[in-house]
Amino acid sequence: MKKNDTLTKKALMPKKEIIDFILNYSKNLQTIKTKSRKTILVSKN
Amino acid sequence: MKTQTDSQLILQYQNGNEKSLSLLINRHKKDLFNFIFYKLMDEDLANDIFQDTFIKIIITLKEGRYKEENKFILWAKRIAHNLIIDHYRLQSKNIKISETSYENEEFSIFDIIKEPENNIEDKLIDIQINEDLLKMLIMLPDNQQEVIKLRFFDGLSFKEIADHTDTSINTTLGRVRYALINLRKIMEEHKIILTK
Repeated sequence: MKKNDTLTKKALMPKKEIIDFILNYSKNLQTIKTKSRKTILVSKN
Repeated sequence: MKTQTDSQLILQYQNGNEKSLSLLINRHKKDLFNFIFYKLMDEDLANDIFQDTFIKIIITLKEGRYKEENKFILWAKRIAHNLIIDHYRLQSKNIKISETSYENEEFSIFDIIKEPENNIEDKLIDIQINEDLLKMLIMLPDNQQEVIKLRFFDGLSFKEIADHTDTSINTTLGRVRYALINLRKIMEEHKIILTK
């Protein structure tokens, strides 16, 4: 019978949907510089 | 092809290259996700915190507020660590409300509307404590300063500190131990008390 190795850490990864969400979120953010040189983030959608 | 450093990728991303963010995420996703997961032991929650961490990173980078003082991954872990603390704070607050609302007759509206943040006096004391602590840290040798910051400010485990500083866990433990002993000595010499 296979023994469970509880001492070994399981290497996990974030879900693909989460990565896709992050990348889409970034793509949809646009930076706008104001006259007072302040950077504002706005959504492209 | 030569591998680009995190700093180069960050600069390219700030100049509009979205592919650099993808490379940065792929490079650090395993390390960061495991850092989050083993503090929460909940995969769904770890995904949420991972997502929120990168949203904060994206906003900071796009707004040009990122100051490279340390490695990117340490900064990312610090953000994740703070989000995890926020999560636990919120969780404990919610439990408190439900218990008093439904089961405890001594329910008080002030339990709900009580200011969760410290008052001004507490904040001033916190600032004073942090200032004193930073002054004392400067007096420590560089390697002891580094481990104290990584352990207590960034929330890294001893294993992670050992990996980041290219030393063994025993060396890391020793440095933290000596750093704390030295801090106590400095406190005694300068008659500093770090309590509220």
